[in-house]
Amino acid sequence: MSRSFRPFAIAALLSGLLAALPAAADSVLLNASYDVARDFYKDYNPLFQKHWKAKSGETVDIKQSHGGSSKQVRAVADGLEADVVTMNQASDVDFLADKGLVARDYAKKFPNNASPYTSTMVLIVRKGNPKAIHDWGDLVKPGVQVVLAHPKTSGNGRYAYLAAWGYALRQPGGNEKTAQDFVGRVLKNAPLFAAGGRDATTTFLQRRIGDVLISFESEAELIAREFGRGDFEVVYPSQSILAEFPVAVVERVVDKKGTRKQAQAYLDYLWSKEGQENAAQNYLRPRDAEVLKKYSAQFPTVRTFSVDEVFGGWGKAYAAHFRDGGSFDQVYQQK
Amino acid sequence: MARNVLPGFRLGLGYTLLYLSLIVLLPLAALVFKSAELSAAQFWDIATGERALASLRVTFGSALIAALINAAFGLLTAWVLVRYTFPGKRFVDALVDLPFALPTAVAGITLATLYAGNGWIGRHLEPLGFKVAFTPVGIVVALTFISLPFVVRTLQPVIEDIEPEIEEAAAVLGASRWQTFRLVLLPAILPALITGFTLAFSRAIGEYGSVIFIAGNMPFISEITPLLIVAKLEQYDIVGATALAVVMLVISFALLLAVNALQWRMANRHSAAGARR
Repeated sequence: MSRSFRPFAIAALLSGLLAALPAAADSVLLNASYDVARDFYKDYNPLFQKHWKAKSGETVDIKQSHGGSSKQVRAVADGLEADVVTMNQASDVDFLADKGLVARDYAKKFPNNASPYTSTMVLIVRKGNPKAIHDWGDLVKPGVQVVLAHPKTSGNGRYAYLAAWGYALRQPGGNEKTAQDFVGRVLKNAPLFAAGGRDATTTFLQRRIGDVLISFESEAELIAREFGRGDFEVVYPSQSILAEFPVAVVERVVDKKGTRKQAQAYLDYLWSKEGQENAAQNYLRPRDAEVLKKYSAQFPTVRTFSVDEVFGGWGKAYAAHFRDGGSFDQVYQQK
Repeated sequence: MARNVLPGFRLGLGYTLLYLSLIVLLPLAALVFKSAELSAAQFWDIATGERALASLRVTFGSALIAALINAAFGLLTAWVLVRYTFPGKRFVDALVDLPFALPTAVAGITLATLYAGNGWIGRHLEPLGFKVAFTPVGIVVALTFISLPFVVRTLQPVIEDIEPEIEEAAAVLGASRWQTFRLVLLPAILPALITGFTLAFSRAIGEYGSVIFIAGNMPFISEITPLLIVAKLEQYDIVGATALAVVMLVISFALLLAVNALQWRMANRHSAAGARR
């Protein structure tokens, strides 16, 4: 290239780069979320952008940050400027409330405990259900191998653990002691603890380890999309835990960035018909009765109990079961 | 001290110290500082809890085995790569670095898939009674994989420096092959071998990403200390996590110091013996 051409080339390159940048939005929101919410928000964000443009005339750019939920809230506490957090466990948002980043009564700022959709824990078994697993009680049968994620390092594992505990507690004559004993026997049937929810799925389906996988109802559908439906069956136990997914505005960040209006609208819209439909399409149970009815074929009725009812809230559940020396650790100290 | 040919010793040393302080000492100091929020009794409880001790045994034990395996086979690999020419040598040479480049989680998932009961390798081992994935053996496999390059890359330049003529001279003087290896080659290689071993060992101790996917993570059996640290972070017990980290740090540092001292003594003895002759 001759020298005189060089400035032109550079200018052309620069303008190309500039053209590649997206048009500047009126505001930018950052949503810090848990790992497997990726698909949900990938679908939800364009819906909201369209809605917000029609309503206010403003364009809003939405950035997503996904990761293990407790890692995410630690990042927010350490200064990640997320306008909203959308999590899979109240304990994670509670942590931010303790740090003064979200409102203390965040659960009351939105309907339904600030959880726009729910899920529950189900039992996923091999095709034909060869070990005849129909309820939590069958998990302690000798020779049954149970696969679950590590309750100490993953939300999925914690829900599985609490679901089994709540089941035992709510049996006739059930008490803390029988529940501890029951969960201990379930864990004795666990050949391993998977690193996380997805890893548990891979272990069960791809490596064909275990007879039953405990995971979210929504995960079962993702498994079907990924591995096909011919390989497994979903067993709905007699009762299970209600998994809630709390959302909150990060007060300190929206005040600083001046994005309160947008952040609030972004979360409000999760409860709209469109938002609820999107949840149902991602196999998360919508709160809206009408939408739930429309999708009733994919959401069989289950009796559920919430963490608040049975354990007195996530804070207490966490302290009693997953802290060092809690019930999970006790199972392994009796050897 | 003899005057150095190149000027700038003071500047160089100052810069080195500053750099080391910023990159290494500062974070470690912050770690120790944070753990000091605990009382000595609390710290001791965390460090010597049954669970913590079991995990330390698993962590250091499997790291040691992995480093020993790599010391043996890494030496062989380095020797072959330096001394022989064969088609595809460059390719093999590049392969050695792959464990450096691969995200460790990917390595862990791949190894777990290979060694699981229905994996390519696991399916042949399981009928023989060997379970690898989701047992402590799986941890050793993962650690061996991630720490291999350290031994090979440390040994290669040293082996390149040993001229083949030395072996020939030994043979001419009547040494057997074993004597040539033990008395001529090994003393020259040993310091580098120990360095490589130490690097591999230290790298393996801290490994988390690959191990959790293949270990099975059962308390007291296949639970590594880094997993306990992550579990503590998960319950927002940051101080407790730093306490465990400090324990690992102290043990690692003591071991590294011991290895360095050993190496130093050996180097001294070697040169003293050389001078006597």
